[in-house]
Amino acid sequence: MSLAMRAVAAQSHAISERRRLSPSAWLVAAACVAVMAIMAAPLVFSFLASIKSTAEASASPPDYLPHTFSLENYARVFDHQAGLASYVGNSLLVALMAIAACIGLAAPAGYGLARFTTRGKEIAFLLLLAPMMIPYQALLTPLYLDFAKVGLVNSHIGLAIVHTILQLPFSIYLMRNSFEAIPREIEEAAMIDGCSAWRRLTQIFMPLAVPALVTVALFAFIMSWNEFLGALILMNEESAFTVPILLVSVRTGDHGAINWGSLQASVVISVIPCLVVYLALQRYYISGLLSGGVK
Amino acid sequence: MRKTGVPQEAAQMRGRRWNELQGWLFMGPALLFVVVFVLFPLGQLIYTSLTDRSLLGGGRFVGIENYLRIWRDSSFWRALQFTMIYTLVLTPILMGLGYALALLTVENTPLKRLTRTIAFLPVIIGISSSSLLWYWLLDEQVGLFNKLLVDLHVIKEPIVWFVTADLAFWAVVISITWKVVGFGMVLFVSGIQAINPEIIEAAIMDGAGYWRRVRVMLLPLTRRILLLTTLVSAIGSMLAFDQFYIMTSGAPRGQTFTAVYWIYQNSFVSFKLGYGSALSVVLTLIILVFAALQIALTVRSEAS
Repeated sequence: MSLAMRAVAAQSHAISERRRLSPSAWLVAAACVAVMAIMAAPLVFSFLASIKSTAEASASPPDYLPHTFSLENYARVFDHQAGLASYVGNSLLVALMAIAACIGLAAPAGYGLARFTTRGKEIAFLLLLAPMMIPYQALLTPLYLDFAKVGLVNSHIGLAIVHTILQLPFSIYLMRNSFEAIPREIEEAAMIDGCSAWRRLTQIFMPLAVPALVTVALFAFIMSWNEFLGALILMNEESAFTVPILLVSVRTGDHGAINWGSLQASVVISVIPCLVVYLALQRYYISGLLSGGVK
Repeated sequence: MRKTGVPQEAAQMRGRRWNELQGWLFMGPALLFVVVFVLFPLGQLIYTSLTDRSLLGGGRFVGIENYLRIWRDSSFWRALQFTMIYTLVLTPILMGLGYALALLTVENTPLKRLTRTIAFLPVIIGISSSSLLWYWLLDEQVGLFNKLLVDLHVIKEPIVWFVTADLAFWAVVISITWKVVGFGMVLFVSGIQAINPEIIEAAIMDGAGYWRRVRVMLLPLTRRILLLTTLVSAIGSMLAFDQFYIMTSGAPRGQTFTAVYWIYQNSFVSFKLGYGSALSVVLTLIILVFAALQIALTVRSEAS
């Protein structure tokens, strides 16, 4: 009885609280909606322009909404130069190699840093973080010359190496921290069972650190999919272009005049994988950003 | 445990050495990668900067001649100055708006979470995608941004953004603000959420109004993350290239070349690799100052 009364009292209190707050709460809600509208609008209008007919997409002055539905812009991007499939394939292959390299290098290194009493390991750690301090833009000239000598220009491996340089320090930092958070007792039990260090890493530590591995892979994918300057310098043959380079080449067009509909279709194509991956794995992305993005 | 006396000590010694060696073995591949693909090229960069190497050949040792040329290269200084102005204008905008968005969306209600998610979306798309998206939005013929401003009677005629250096500069600032404002927002939200709620409740009890609480409590208590985010953001702006390459191509008359763009121009358009390398070394030194500050701050924030 008294419990129910208290509940009712609490409820009416909450209601009056909400009523009391409502003018400013409404203002805050309106501000949130305005922010969402401003931030989403460019992406939404880009998509709407991409499904206009080519003529409508180049109309001046433009209309906000399409009057017709057409996929001709996509069809043109699909057949652009070496073909969309080739560019997407290049981007995916480079991203997968960068992900594999980041995990393959950062997981053992993070384990070595987290669990072995190696003398001088903090110096090694600083050395591994060095790429963070040296802008990769400066390294691209010597890397281009070296890669030209060994056939890594216009090669997926060459670009994947550049993307690994960019993402490795963050990956190692993250793997070290997440391995350090795993209780020592688990490892000690495995050691008594005679489990070798390599097996402890692959069968105990890595399965326990799946969230960190997902974060490493996610950051590597988004960076690699979007990276521009390295691809611009290293991939100078049409057949080797990645998606960001495709975008610039679509703008240049075949005959000089910009095809605005195709340009927005290619922007949409380039954005979708990022949006899908991010929305599916948002939790990992934000936690990665907070734990290592700034540090 | 299995052995006794002296052999046990020897076994322990061996165990410790094996432990030490294993640590190096696990770090080895990553260390090798960094040495081969970062430190070695860095050495090559410094060496190349002392030669007259071009993409077509050459490579005569010329000492510090390239560096003396940088001293006289007014185009480089103009590009560096442009980059610094860009950084000094953009960074406060990004931090201020990012903080305002964080204050707006800091509570974990569904509406505010959704607002954060959408405001963060542009951060994860490519800078080439966002630059081309805004290149279209800002176009004077077909751009919806111009149309919107005309429809709202903010302007009478569409603005031709990429015809003067000033307008082109602001066009890039607008597009980049949209692109990365969510980055600061997310970090500031986490900073504000980490503040002990009791402190804020006590301030409310004492009758401190909202803006006073922001000024006297939230801002000082999130000082460190503000500083770190400012540095990360400033380093990014100092290395700007993609957005200018795509939106302005350095035009008009090379007035929107950034430092990295000028290096790219020298190394890969004019093929002056020796000179481009010297420029890269100078830029690296400038960035190192920022990075050292960032690391010093990180170490301090971990210590406290």
